Amino acid sequence: MPSDRHGARPGIALRTAALGGMLFLHVPIAIIVLYAFSSESKSFVFPIPGFTLKWFGVAFQRPDIREALLLSLQVAAVSTIVAMILGTLAAAAVWRSRFFGREAVSLLLILPIALPGIITGIALRAALNLAEIPFSFWTIVIGHATFCIVVVYNNVLARFRRTNRALIEASMDLGADGFQTLRHVILPNIATALLAGGMLAFALSFDEVIVTTFTAGQQSTLPIWMLSELVRPRERPVTNVVAVFVIAVTFVPIVLAFRLTRDTQDVAGSTK
Amino acid sequence: MRSTTAGAATPAVAFHSVSRSFGDVLAVREVSFEIADGEFFAMLGPSGSGKTTCLRLIAGFEQPSGGRIEIHGDDVSGTPPYARDVTTVFQDYALFPHMSVGENVEYALMIRKVAKAERRRRAGEMLELVRLAGLYDRKPAQLSGGQRQRVALARALINRPRVLLLDEPLGALDLKLREQMQLELKSLQRSVGITFVYVTHDQGEALAMSDRLAVFNHGRIEQIGSPADVYDHPASAFVAGFVGQTNLVEGYLAQRLGGFPGNYAIRPERIRIVAPDAPVEPGWACIDGTVVSTTYLGASVRVQVAVEGGELAVIEQNLDGGPTRAGRGPGAVVQLQVERRHVQALAASAG
Amino acid sequence: MNTLALPADGPLRRLSTRLIGGPRLMLFLLLAPPLAWLGIIYLGSLFALLAQSFFSIDEFSGVVVREFSFATYREFLGNPSNHDIVLRTVTMAACVTVACAVIAFPIAYYSVRFAGPRLKALIYLGVMLPLWSSYLVRVYSWKLILAREGIVNWFANALGLGGVLEAVLELPVVGGPSLSTSHLGTFIVFVYIWLPFMILPVIAALERVPASVIEASGDLGARPRETFRRVILPLAFPGIVAGSIFTFSLTLGDYIIPGIIGPSTPYLGQAVYAHQGVAGNIPMAAAFTIVPIVIMGAYLALAKRLGAFDAL
Repeated sequence: MPSDRHGARPGIALRTAALGGMLFLHVPIAIIVLYAFSSESKSFVFPIPGFTLKWFGVAFQRPDIREALLLSLQVAAVSTIVAMILGTLAAAAVWRSRFFGREAVSLLLILPIALPGIITGIALRAALNLAEIPFSFWTIVIGHATFCIVVVYNNVLARFRRTNRALIEASMDLGADGFQTLRHVILPNIATALLAGGMLAFALSFDEVIVTTFTAGQQSTLPIWMLSELVRPRERPVTNVVAVFVIAVTFVPIVLAFRLTRDTQDVAGSTK
Repeated sequence: MRSTTAGAATPAVAFHSVSRSFGDVLAVREVSFEIADGEFFAMLGPSGSGKTTCLRLIAGFEQPSGGRIEIHGDDVSGTPPYARDVTTVFQDYALFPHMSVGENVEYALMIRKVAKAERRRRAGEMLELVRLAGLYDRKPAQLSGGQRQRVALARALINRPRVLLLDEPLGALDLKLREQMQLELKSLQRSVGITFVYVTHDQGEALAMSDRLAVFNHGRIEQIGSPADVYDHPASAFVAGFVGQTNLVEGYLAQRLGGFPGNYAIRPERIRIVAPDAPVEPGWACIDGTVVSTTYLGASVRVQVAVEGGELAVIEQNLDGGPTRAGRGPGAVVQLQVERRHVQALAASAG
Repeated sequence: MNTLALPADGPLRRLSTRLIGGPRLMLFLLLAPPLAWLGIIYLGSLFALLAQSFFSIDEFSGVVVREFSFATYREFLGNPSNHDIVLRTVTMAACVTVACAVIAFPIAYYSVRFAGPRLKALIYLGVMLPLWSSYLVRVYSWKLILAREGIVNWFANALGLGGVLEAVLELPVVGGPSLSTSHLGTFIVFVYIWLPFMILPVIAALERVPASVIEASGDLGARPRETFRRVILPLAFPGIVAGSIFTFSLTLGDYIIPGIIGPSTPYLGQAVYAHQGVAGNIPMAAAFTIVPIVIMGAYLALAKRLGAFDAL
């Protein structure tokens, strides 16, 4: 449904509703950023009495925050790499051939995000419990990679579907074997989609709390640290600063992912 | 890879009872033919007739379900596309969108680890050959359809394959450009001396360009021969109908014009319209009729004539000019004459 | 200018030939790692969970008895407060879904029908950002906003609407001592958090309505209002259903939002969390998770019949 060409103007009610909805989505985020600079430390009083940068310094001095941040970054990095490999393999298989059970494979990939996160979490917890596996860095990664695979899979499969299969035949026809074709034709063509999927997976993992609470044991990722602060607040301004930091760390890869896939859509559009 | 017995007489491509099925569908049924070295060979047929599958079997994108394919005398069963001395110009060109025009053209050399400077030099030569010099750094997306088609040609030819496969390469171009490219392709083939195997559904294109052509229908070859052979002596009603226009006659009319009962094909331009009382030369057949309609085609005029036992189409060259010739109006009484050697007996068609 | 032969067959090239000659082997190699991961780790865990719901907990020692029994399910079904939890959660999920659809539709409709390419990209990014990021931070922001001394109260008082706010909070069921400890607060935060999951599928569904359909309706004499009601809305419906899969499912399983904003009456997710955590009663937690699995299974089956999967 492309834009209205007859010059019909949206009604005032529609404009208000749309604008109101978008403000509803974004004003709270802006407010968090505002509070991070608040000089008032005891309460969430509004209007904010004064502005200061001192809480940023305090937050970065805190060893518990630095450790949680480091753990979150490590978990997100490793989970993303696992998801990029497994998601790309699955996308390649589904794109390449129509095999028996292809629908079932798609469903299996989507299931970890279609079912509530708590189910994935409690299921992993139950399995770890049954198998008597102790919590570790890797139990967190296992949980995160499981729901990140589908993010990469969706992005890469969408790109594959826009890729002309004859490109692969052309490459082999000109003397490149399967691996050379992978390196010179397939990977360059899916690179931006793969990267975008990886970025989204990173943001998703970095921010995840529901599954993590079931697989982390005593370890504290940044979202787990925040959750404990929300339940039992200790130093509110520090929490505000960490919140802003989380926003920044997750927004950057999402914006990059958006730009990466949008550019290639433009290119695809111009070749038509 | 190349066998030592290969010589001038070894065909470039040989099919021995090759079949290919996709599930329950038999796309190619026990097809056998040979393509001589240096030949311009067209594979003509409607869509779904098996011609493109045969091309993909030669390229190695498909493997036969039965039979044997030889390229320059070597059995290529199980040989992947990259180990065959054959390249393809794809219907939609399949240019690598992430590479420049030059990188596309050099691809085969890059894979063979040719030094960059040498690669660039040879790509420049190829681009000059297809009259695209100076477009080395463009992206395929910035080119017109005709230019992309030339890039695809240059890319396929750069490593001098012994056989070039072309899959409806002019299908996406408009009429004017298509006619120009037909001439260019033909002269290019002569100058490089490579075997061309050309798939098309356009009978005019096949007749104009090929040394020999094979007419495909329902996974089989109905006829192989030179364009004149196939046009003048169609082996079946399908070939007669698919290559050019034709009158198919049977029953009384067949007896009258052919001399014997059976099925015959008569090209409309071989029939002449004469006065009802005109004399008949020896070796000619004749029949009286009434003009039903005339269609003005520019260079020629098509006249539908009702005769005893059917209707015949006649094509007359438009020598007089003007929309209709005198004595061709609907209802005009005429005599049709055709030389018996142009009344072509047909075998029953598989289709 | 001679033909260059290919380099001699290396091991990689031979492997490539082997793989191309055997497409089944290649498919197996591509599928095996992701399927092994999801099949063993994920499905295996789900089965482990299912299996544990048939274990029971010894009432005296508090130790899980690893023997097949329906004891846990009997206990689960026999406790009326569990019914309340399920009912409360499903009602909340339904309300949140409807509210998300109502707020999402104007945004999606405006974006698809009236926004230029730049604004459209901006809206899309504006929806993507909250969808992918900062779940916890976004929940947290409402703690600031709804707090007693926070923004909502300040604005309400500044505009002289303090009384209205008080009246709303005194309503039965939805009200509470303050916004951040009322069901209304929980509801607002749920809607806020899951709204992006509704907007994107509706945009996708509306993008697929061809302009010709709208023009055809106009040509046939329908007024804009008619066109909207009889043509656009039905065509957007699969998108709304697709979005509702997320809003419904996510609300069913969330245990963090009602823990932070709202009265302390428990929701499904919290019950699961509490049973596995403090009580160590994984069998009961497992029995609880069967509820959202069954509800979502039925919901997905219904959504599939309504054609929502094409809009995902």
